[in-house]
Amino acid sequence: MLVKMVGITKRFPSVIANYKVDFELRAGEIHALLGENGAGKTTLMNILYGLYRPDEGRIFFEGREVKIRSPKDAIRLGIGMIHQHFRLVPSLTVAENVALGLGEAKFFMPAKSVEDRIVALSERYGLKIDPDAKIWQLSVGERQRVEILKALIRDIKVLILDEPTTVLTPGERDQLFKVMRKLADEGKGIVFITHKLGEVKAVSDRVTVLRRGRVVASGLDAKRVSVLELARLMVGEKFEFGLKERKPVAFREVVLDVKGLAVRDDKGLLAVKDVSFELRAGEILGIAGVAGNGQRELVEALVGLRKPEKGSIKIMGVEVAGKGPRDILELGVAFIPEDRVGMGIAPGLSVEENLILKCYHRPPFSKGPFLDLRFISEWSRKLVDEYGIMTPSLKTPVGVLSGGNIQRLILARELSMKPRLIVASHPTYGLDVAASEYIRSLLIEQRNKGAAVLLVSEDLEEIMALSDKIAVMYDGRIVGDVMETSGVDIHKLGLMMSGAWEGG
Amino acid sequence: MLVVETIAFSIAISFITMSCILACFSVNPLTVYATMFFRALGTSYGLSFLGLEFIPLLLCSTGLLVAFRAKVWNIGAEGQLLMGAIAATWLALYVMPEAPGFMLIPCMFITGFLAGSAWAFLPALLRAKLNVNEVITTLMMNYIAMELFNYLVQGPWRRSAYLFPETEELPEQAQLPVIPGTSVHYPTLAIAIGAVFLVAVMMWKTKIGYEVKLVGDNPEAARQAGVSTQKIVMFTMLLSGGLAGLAGVGEVAGNPAHHKLYYSPEIISAGRGYTAIIVAWLSRLNPLGLFISAFFISLMLAGGSILKTASFGIAPTPESARALANAAHELVGIFNGVMLLCLVAGELLTRYKITLRWGGRGEL
Repeated sequence: MLVKMVGITKRFPSVIANYKVDFELRAGEIHALLGENGAGKTTLMNILYGLYRPDEGRIFFEGREVKIRSPKDAIRLGIGMIHQHFRLVPSLTVAENVALGLGEAKFFMPAKSVEDRIVALSERYGLKIDPDAKIWQLSVGERQRVEILKALIRDIKVLILDEPTTVLTPGERDQLFKVMRKLADEGKGIVFITHKLGEVKAVSDRVTVLRRGRVVASGLDAKRVSVLELARLMVGEKFEFGLKERKPVAFREVVLDVKGLAVRDDKGLLAVKDVSFELRAGEILGIAGVAGNGQRELVEALVGLRKPEKGSIKIMGVEVAGKGPRDILELGVAFIPEDRVGMGIAPGLSVEENLILKCYHRPPFSKGPFLDLRFISEWSRKLVDEYGIMTPSLKTPVGVLSGGNIQRLILARELSMKPRLIVASHPTYGLDVAASEYIRSLLIEQRNKGAAVLLVSEDLEEIMALSDKIAVMYDGRIVGDVMETSGVDIHKLGLMMSGAWEGG
Repeated sequence: MLVVETIAFSIAISFITMSCILACFSVNPLTVYATMFFRALGTSYGLSFLGLEFIPLLLCSTGLLVAFRAKVWNIGAEGQLLMGAIAATWLALYVMPEAPGFMLIPCMFITGFLAGSAWAFLPALLRAKLNVNEVITTLMMNYIAMELFNYLVQGPWRRSAYLFPETEELPEQAQLPVIPGTSVHYPTLAIAIGAVFLVAVMMWKTKIGYEVKLVGDNPEAARQAGVSTQKIVMFTMLLSGGLAGLAGVGEVAGNPAHHKLYYSPEIISAGRGYTAIIVAWLSRLNPLGLFISAFFISLMLAGGSILKTASFGIAPTPESARALANAAHELVGIFNGVMLLCLVAGELLTRYKITLRWGGRGEL
């Protein structure tokens, strides 16, 4: 046994990321660590790599117990990790980056001597790379190869890959799998963190599944377990319907009408390819799918943050494709962004100032060029009470509040506008159970009041529990048709999300 | 209150550094500080020094505060100030030299404001439209303004048959009145104080002030709310440029030692456009805090000037007195530099918690 982790528990403020997790890695195997976002996969591996220290639990390496206090300890043992976000210096060359990672960099860069080793390694494993190229000139796939080289040059025994395929094209992915297999054949242990079921089957030998910080299946033979079973393990079978009742809504006009929408991502690639759907008042449409399949670009196009390439978006019958965020929010569109702190709030500004973000420009919040500070204070006080936002005062900078309170603040702000359409992107991601339930109830309440809700989430339980209808996005398209929730089973959803669904 | 601690710490470090240097001149640092302080506040020439520093610093830093709040880094107040001075001179000497003071002086201030704004316009446009780093462009514009100044003073505007290159003196009605017995040109002082209060009201009570803060704090959230970052970049740049331009008008029309442009732009601007950055930073970007920080920095600068003349009363030997007099302004420069360094470093460090750990060196 190469690595054995026993009873690992790691608590973060308000979240238990790992609870009594056992994990074993053999030499010469590819071991997939499967789970949804927030299931605790990365935390567990960060503990093995020395980035976090476990609150409880022990780690054994090649049979003897070890304490891994920092990545340096991990590296000394022969553990390498490729993070989701690469740690490379863009203005330096491949060789220089690899040399830096070696930690041997003294005054003179040993880049030259490293170059020969890079060439040798890249030939041996088929990792094509030019050691003299600057990092910024490389594609994402090539950068990942540099990261792998950085690890390999140290003669590692264990290689951890954290969701390595999210950034890759299908061709690059297949190549990566070949490299992984070759490394395993040489006797190294590979940990492959992923939430894609298809990839587990394609490349791994064994699989351990995590759900909400706990192990639900340990060391299954990947060849024998079915994709269906993996989906069931990953998302769980138990659903909590302890939410507000979804009442039938009588008058159901079309609020959002999307036709043939195509949107490009930051790199200029088509992230949304020909998406069409309708959303009616008093209806929650859940968009399920693994992150990175175009959901973010779809949402940003709907609220005016991203110009669509083509297609039409009609909100309350008004064509809004290409219009700005303010025009769209004036139509009664609320937006709960996925990146709460990065997009949803101004962390250095006060609770009040954040609450008026979407309405400061019009009466009664302002008159002419002036803000009505007294009205704003009274109104903010009311919202803070109504939504239970825990804050020392209205003047407190929002950045110091907890994640749950920040989300309450965002919801208070967005829902106080009495929206007709709510675009909610991963609204409960990273929140504890109580805060999640509260936010789900609010969404249902809005639906019952006749708002249309577009809910984007990776959490299938959430989608199933809240939505009237469900659509699955994969590779920029809606897989099959929009389905009534009552006629959907979770295994089929899992398959559709993984891209393995062939129709029928 | 980490913020207050950072400021106190920065000032303390600056004083310690300066005291060490003063000790090298074999003078007692406390005597020096006492002399600087009492003469600056207790004598008419001291008050003149103080006022002449305070007025342009307050004007420039008020504008910079707004820009810095939006995280727009206008480093070009120096050049914008010079352009204000050039514009006022042009108006008073060549456009309407015959106009009565009550017309000419307001027109000079308006033109000075516009000239300062105009000088900030190009960097603002480049930043807004093409995201060109405004630190570089505004800094470069300073050098262009200085060369333009040199060209005008040595070329077309040069007073004929005179040894040093300089312009004609401004007509009498264009010269600003001063508080009797001092050099403090009170119209500019009034404008500066008024500008601080206007900016305070703007930042706290108006939509545009809210938008400035929003763009500075999180441009993504601003975009979502439909606030145009481009508009805010333009607005803050032009406003800060304009206020620096007003300071330039005061320097040429108000400062009794000037009343014309001299052979060197440094005489008019004296690095105040840069010092104003420290003033704005020291105020923690709080408009009313500017009064304190501008006063404090002015006191130090005036103290430097006082030290130059007073060194013979303080130093033990004529040699050290002469050396101290020569180094007086540089000493203040070191003081300011150390303080800004501590303030900026403190800004970063307040975001971290310092913990001590035994054994093992970390790596990330």
